[in-house]
Amino acid sequence: MEALETFRQEVREWLEANCPASMRTPMPEEESPWGGRNPSWPNPDSKVWLDNMASRGWTAPTWPKEYGGGGLSKDENKILQQELRRIKARPALMSFGIWMLGPALLEFANEEQKKKYLPPIVRGEIRWCQGYSEPGAGSDLAGLQTKCEDKGDHYLVNGQKIWTSYADKADWIFALVRTDSTKKHEGISFLLIDMATEGVEARPITMISGASPFCETFFTDVKVPKDHLVGELNKGWTIAKRLLQHEREMISGMGLGGSQSGASLGGLEQVAKEYFGEENGKVASPALRDHIAQQKMDGRAFALTLQRSAEEAKAGHGPGAASSIFKYYGTELNKRRYELLLEVLGTQGLGWEGEGFTPDELGVTRSWLRSKGNSIEGGTSEVQLNVVSKRVLGLPS
Amino acid sequence: MALVLTEEQQLLRDTATQFFQERVGIQNLRKLRDEKDETGFDRAIWKEMADLGFAGIMISEKYGGTEFGPVGLGLVLEQAGRVLAATPLVSTVLLCGSAIQLAGSANQRQELLTAIAAGDRVMALALEEGPHHNPTRIATKAETRGDSYAISGSKTFVLDGHVADQLIVAARTSGGENDANGITLFLVDRKAPGVKVTRTHMVDNRNAANIEFDNVEVSDDAVLGSLDGGYDVLEQVLDIARIGLSAEMMGLVQQVFDTTLEYLKERKQFGVPIGSFQALQHRIAHLFSELELCRSVVLEGLTALEERRNDVPQIASLAKARLSDTARVMTNEGLQMHGGMGMTDQFDVGLFMKRARVAAATLGDSNFHRDRYATLDGF
Repeated sequence: MEALETFRQEVREWLEANCPASMRTPMPEEESPWGGRNPSWPNPDSKVWLDNMASRGWTAPTWPKEYGGGGLSKDENKILQQELRRIKARPALMSFGIWMLGPALLEFANEEQKKKYLPPIVRGEIRWCQGYSEPGAGSDLAGLQTKCEDKGDHYLVNGQKIWTSYADKADWIFALVRTDSTKKHEGISFLLIDMATEGVEARPITMISGASPFCETFFTDVKVPKDHLVGELNKGWTIAKRLLQHEREMISGMGLGGSQSGASLGGLEQVAKEYFGEENGKVASPALRDHIAQQKMDGRAFALTLQRSAEEAKAGHGPGAASSIFKYYGTELNKRRYELLLEVLGTQGLGWEGEGFTPDELGVTRSWLRSKGNSIEGGTSEVQLNVVSKRVLGLPS
Repeated sequence: MALVLTEEQQLLRDTATQFFQERVGIQNLRKLRDEKDETGFDRAIWKEMADLGFAGIMISEKYGGTEFGPVGLGLVLEQAGRVLAATPLVSTVLLCGSAIQLAGSANQRQELLTAIAAGDRVMALALEEGPHHNPTRIATKAETRGDSYAISGSKTFVLDGHVADQLIVAARTSGGENDANGITLFLVDRKAPGVKVTRTHMVDNRNAANIEFDNVEVSDDAVLGSLDGGYDVLEQVLDIARIGLSAEMMGLVQQVFDTTLEYLKERKQFGVPIGSFQALQHRIAHLFSELELCRSVVLEGLTALEERRNDVPQIASLAKARLSDTARVMTNEGLQMHGGMGMTDQFDVGLFMKRARVAAATLGDSNFHRDRYATLDGF
């Protein structure tokens, strides 16, 4: 315990000296620190903050030091996160490399690959994207057809990916490719491809929210060195599944409505009081008040379930059956929250752009539209329910 | 959250599971119903429960209790809920026992808690005056007559009212009809002159009664707690009972879920188990998620009581609202998935549906508790 407290003290002092003041303020969307070969630093402090954190390996605190990580224990990382929250520090780096690819590489890649790919992720020098879905392979992901042929000294990749997040801004892609067309799951491999390679093209897709975070990515006779294969040939599905787990955990956290657009408006009930008025301290519309109470109570019950699951895992009972519902319940809850927020804002929540609306109001509108994707991406709600009924409840196919 | 049970608690849970499954079972409720039992619960079983320490779980050892605390009581109530056990746990232990523990004088505690823990006394809280839970709306009056009081008014939905040896009556000693202040709790003998009890037969076959008080005279040592200050006690007592009832409903919800899931795997139509149909799979998987959230709020409620946290009222409303709603949906869906057999008296799902509705209406339904939660949360 004493060692941990010493660590906390050290962290606190280091953060005090190394976290620039502007990095302790709320982060505007455009200052999101994604790093990469062509980084955008509208605020130069973001770069300083990233470099400082990366020098300690604290952008990936629990990864081993030999791969550039912080080498922290779980308890030490907890303290680091607490201290970062305490000073309201912005994330030093946002990265699919850290959230998704890194953990998979640590588990499945060979030594050479770990040494080559992990340190640049930690330092934010290489920005990764994920090439999973295809036009013909959505919920049925294992039906993917992007062809990868063995040409002796290299692989040749042809096909198309879709919903590749930020492919137009990413430097590398980790992709699932078909290396055996006679089998389904056992014919898939996990391949790393440099987006600068000839024959790779990313085209942004405009979404209903007006934003273009996703792309279509085309591969036309793309030559890929053979040492870019992670794990064994035709064993990529195992890696893919593990990655999807990380992704689902990431998305299910959204149900709690933490750092979301419009959060500066306050909680649902404060917004309702402002936009609807109040009577004797109560939201003036009894029907709306009831809906808000329902939403908050369900949110609390969900948060308690996440907490229970974490405590059960800590007590050594494994992740527990409850965790299977997180993605489904969390995203449905988040969608409902935005629907309610929209109702609360009335016509002020229905603006698209320009005058007459505050940035927060416009942000809510866009986020409401964005939230619809929550129950589609990373496994639709329907797929999640299939998983629960078959794997957890043991119902027959 | 009290996730990891102590050795004592594990033993208690195992004892309770075995007792309710093997000694009670749903057949006990069916028997009481079919034989139109006048007591409405099985006194022999209640005595056995007391001997096992269930009646004295919340009562301190010096009055013969077992002091297992709220988490312990929750374990017992959940098992009781699984077999729809008709017992005075809610009326006597959760409501009256807690009230006496919180507000009773030394003499009252000594006499009443000892008798409750031993299973020798059944008590009932006479609170409600209308079809909806409303603990501040008390019109029943207690007027001073020298050193005594005269109580007049009508109470409804008094759990175990027709068999209770003694009643705790919420009566108004000052203030207007909807004031929290001015409510006083009185200990009244059920057989006292002027007390008229009418048993009401509820859909869940559990005990309830309407009680009229016509100038019922009680001495001033019948006051439980302070004069005019009954509501403070009542509020704490009600929250304990709401969380306890939620634990009972947890057992109910879990049992209906388990039984329905089993049925989906067994029942065949079109040559396959009906559980292979996605239309049913998605609904039961959704119910599973609601069930998991229920378990979390019930555990949190019991833990909050155990730790005497100051957010007990919020958690009590959270738990009671969620369990009331989920019990309704779970029993509706459970019945539908049992098809025509679910409509028969031979299958248990109907019994669970009936109990779910009465338990939901007891001490505030989900509408009441959402409203309360919002008020407590400042909106």
